[in-house]
Amino acid sequence: MTATTTLPATEQTDALGIHQPRLPKWAPAGIALGAAAVGVGIGTVAGLSSRIQWGLIAALLFVLASYAISATVEGKRQAKDRFATSMVWVAFLLAVIPLASLIWETVSRGIKVLDAYFLTHSMSGVVTIQPGGGVYHAILGTLEQVGIATLISAPIGLLTAIYLVEYGKGKLAKAVTFFVDVMTGIPSIVAGLFILSLWIMMLGFSYSGLAGAMALSILMMPVVVRSTEEMLKLVPNELREASYALGVPKWKTIMKVVLPTSIGGITTGVMLAIARIAGESAPLLLLVFGNPVINGNPFDGAQAGLPLFIYEQWANGNEASYDRAWAAALVLIAFVMILNLVARGIARWKAPQHR
Amino acid sequence: MSTTTDTPVAPPPAPSESTSTGRVGDKVFSGLSRGAGILLLVIMAAIAVFLTVRAINAISENEGNFFTTFEWNANATPPSFGIAVLVFGTIVSSVIAMVIAVPVAVGIALFITHYAPRKLSGPIAYVIDLLAAVPSIVYGLWGALFLVPHLTGFYSWLNDYFGWTGFLEYQGGAPRSLMTVGILLAVMILPIITNVSREVFAQAPKMQEEAALALGATRWEVIRMAVIPFGRSGVISASMLGLGRALGETMAVATVLSPSAVLSAKILDPGGGTFAQNIASAFKEAGSFGRDALIASGLVLFVITLIVNGAARLIIARRKEYSGANA
Repeated sequence: MTATTTLPATEQTDALGIHQPRLPKWAPAGIALGAAAVGVGIGTVAGLSSRIQWGLIAALLFVLASYAISATVEGKRQAKDRFATSMVWVAFLLAVIPLASLIWETVSRGIKVLDAYFLTHSMSGVVTIQPGGGVYHAILGTLEQVGIATLISAPIGLLTAIYLVEYGKGKLAKAVTFFVDVMTGIPSIVAGLFILSLWIMMLGFSYSGLAGAMALSILMMPVVVRSTEEMLKLVPNELREASYALGVPKWKTIMKVVLPTSIGGITTGVMLAIARIAGESAPLLLLVFGNPVINGNPFDGAQAGLPLFIYEQWANGNEASYDRAWAAALVLIAFVMILNLVARGIARWKAPQHR
Repeated sequence: MSTTTDTPVAPPPAPSESTSTGRVGDKVFSGLSRGAGILLLVIMAAIAVFLTVRAINAISENEGNFFTTFEWNANATPPSFGIAVLVFGTIVSSVIAMVIAVPVAVGIALFITHYAPRKLSGPIAYVIDLLAAVPSIVYGLWGALFLVPHLTGFYSWLNDYFGWTGFLEYQGGAPRSLMTVGILLAVMILPIITNVSREVFAQAPKMQEEAALALGATRWEVIRMAVIPFGRSGVISASMLGLGRALGETMAVATVLSPSAVLSAKILDPGGGTFAQNIASAFKEAGSFGRDALIASGLVLFVITLIVNGAARLIIARRKEYSGANA
């Protein structure tokens, strides 16, 4: 009796399209497993040597199978949704593989020669085909170059962002915004060539850490401007208006209200910009030139730099040099990562909601 | 509006003392910030002017045609050099990189903001943030010593099944080719594009998403109707950042590519070159004139990136709806 009354009701709602049949929750996992199994099967049967191919076949199968199964059971809209979901997952997995491999290779190969000796000695007097030597001179050079570049570009970048967000109206602001955008796209090698033609070829200075730092600051400025600009824009206008309503002048409002509110984001932006330029090797190749000996003076003479050191060691083309290159790469990544982590720490510490 | 009043209610008349110091401070501050903006413009102009002067010097003595000559013999006694190979290589490798990286990056960004389990999305975003900071020379080292030997199998497979297309032919040997460069560039620019896209997607108005969900939309429909339209210009500007990096990437290309003065559509085989790679490789042997010649090629690269960025900027300006701010 009850069965006969309920059945037509559900059929009716199904006809209206209200009650859709759904795949069980474990379906994506099941399809993924099946696809992986078939992928491995095809791979072994066809004798494909590369694991990448197995993965690609499995990924393709997964996407197609989940679309087909869902389309027959759940209908087209749900199938599209599942297709999108699986594409998103595939995209994620595709990206994880090379990035994880990059980190793994760098750490596992870099750890071989990385020790206290490596960090505290230069390449002075080391024959490149033999093991030994270190990166002290390169670390010193990089720290100095990046420091000078930050001193040049952080104030200019910050002020420019303030100009654009708080004062900027009219043609000048439009031009600055446009050219900041264009400037973010300047290849590092072009910045290097510019300083080369201005500083070394025209003004006649020699290679130095300072020349490299100037090129780096050209690369850093637009990044600082863009990130600071975004952060300043996120500060609600209500805060500014409240400050103006209390009679606080504009510059004080900026200094005491707008900047403190956004200081976390700004610091993070500047630190990320530093992290970006710390790894730039192209301008160093043109302007700092590389030097196997310790040169602590960034204003005179060729220096070393970590990214440049890696390139030189790679170019030597022998196992001992490759080991040094990987170890230096590990040092550089660690430096950049620490910078990032500190930046985020500051951002969290200075975040306005903690006040 | 008297100067000093003893009104207990402060707001309506602004105390004159603080306004007067404020005005001076305002002038100084706005002057400084305007000056910084102008300085940026001056730097950009200086880059263009200096590169152009050097480039004219080089091109005026060039025996070959700057745009159609394949070889780069800037140090020869009648110097002869051209950028045909470099233009081709730069465009091909960047296009490959963009074709691979942009869809994947948008996918990851959506994964982080809308698909991943909430507990995972935070750490994943954090890790990708960190990966964006990995220096290009490290990618270059990885590309040359890990990626190149691992791509031979994949390329032979491509050759077996798609070799008939002509441009996917592969002779064998270490694939230090434009395709490998493109793949490496894609890996490099992936974190940058992902980061910016993710931030934009995360800012998509929650109310609209929930409204769409309440009307029975599937998750994909929500993304298509509420998230992607909101984030489109953000994705474009993210891609622009990525393309800029791909076009001008020097060290990663210089370590991976085995350059030659041939212009070949067979992108799996070694050969070709890019602007930045050529500058880095040829710089140490270049004399004074050779440097001018390299600067000339750098100017072309500069102009290309200028056009790309300008175009992207126009696209963004046309879609104004993306603005996280009320300024």
